[in-house]
Amino acid sequence: MPDGGTGAGPAAWAERLAALRARHRDATTPEAVAEIVAQVLATMHGDLTANEATLLAEVEQIGRTIAAVKQEIAALQVEDINRAFIPSATDELDAIVEATAQATNEILDCCETLEKAAGEFAGARGEALQAAVTRIYEACSFQDITGQRITKVVRTLKSIEARIAAILATFSDRSAGAEPPPKVTAEEASALLNGPQLPGNGVDQAEIDRLLASLD
Amino acid sequence: MDKSTNILIVDDYKTMLRIIRNLLRQLDFNNVEEATDGAQALAMLRSGNYGLVISDWNMQPMTGLQLLHEVRADAKLRHLPFIMVTAESKTENVIAAKQAGVSNYIVKPFNAETLKEKIEKALVHA
Repeated sequence: MPDGGTGAGPAAWAERLAALRARHRDATTPEAVAEIVAQVLATMHGDLTANEATLLAEVEQIGRTIAAVKQEIAALQVEDINRAFIPSATDELDAIVEATAQATNEILDCCETLEKAAGEFAGARGEALQAAVTRIYEACSFQDITGQRITKVVRTLKSIEARIAAILATFSDRSAGAEPPPKVTAEEASALLNGPQLPGNGVDQAEIDRLLASLD
Repeated sequence: MDKSTNILIVDDYKTMLRIIRNLLRQLDFNNVEEATDGAQALAMLRSGNYGLVISDWNMQPMTGLQLLHEVRADAKLRHLPFIMVTAESKTENVIAAKQAGVSNYIVKPFNAETLKEKIEKALVHA
């Protein structure tokens, strides 16, 4: 089989690839990939062997794929997600927490008034009123649970925001300065802060009591 | 059950503190003080004289679990009854709290009867 127009044998190719790999060890950006592709293409001239032609076609395909991804990201206008949609969503969620806290406190104000009034009723009527107030207190703890659930959603949205920024930094020149997503430290990961669980995911009070008894 | 027990309730949600305080008042516990995170609670426990802690788990900068560890490591506080009241309902959380020395564990949302029962048990075993 003829050597082809590049004038390079397998050993020379391996040497060039090793040199490129050493130079671009940490290359992860599309620009770095494009540079590598350009350097590979620059070594190809004259008549190509079948293998080299295949390699050239695949390298060109990589270039086209990267260009297409960049166009698709630009068309999606993903920057709008970080600039407007996510901040707006987190603001709305914060407003929900604030509004429910305010409403809950007003309910508690009324309950405390009713509780004082309950003391003026003797017997069953007073007890019924007191029991009703207790049930309202219990129900009001929803505000804590919903607040924690919303905090989890806000944290998720912020994580998405950071990842979008990282994608934009990789594929868009305009976002080159964006911060990478924050890394979760081992301490954070092991903090056991799971928050409220959806039905079926956590254990209920009876199961907790059994578990504690089994650990005594 | 000694109704004059000094109780420290710890939660970063002011509304939750208010709810627990009101439920405790209905149970005739009127010596109740509040803290909004573990660090503040620990300082209060070290300088005060409390007979029971009722603490949330998920707080910053010091969580309820960290507070529990600090309490159990403190010579003066190590036998203090400590009830965790939290939305953390995974088995791993309950086990971690038990291993840290929790007296009892209440999952939110809870009712007044559960709170009463756990307080009674915690104070009897104190």
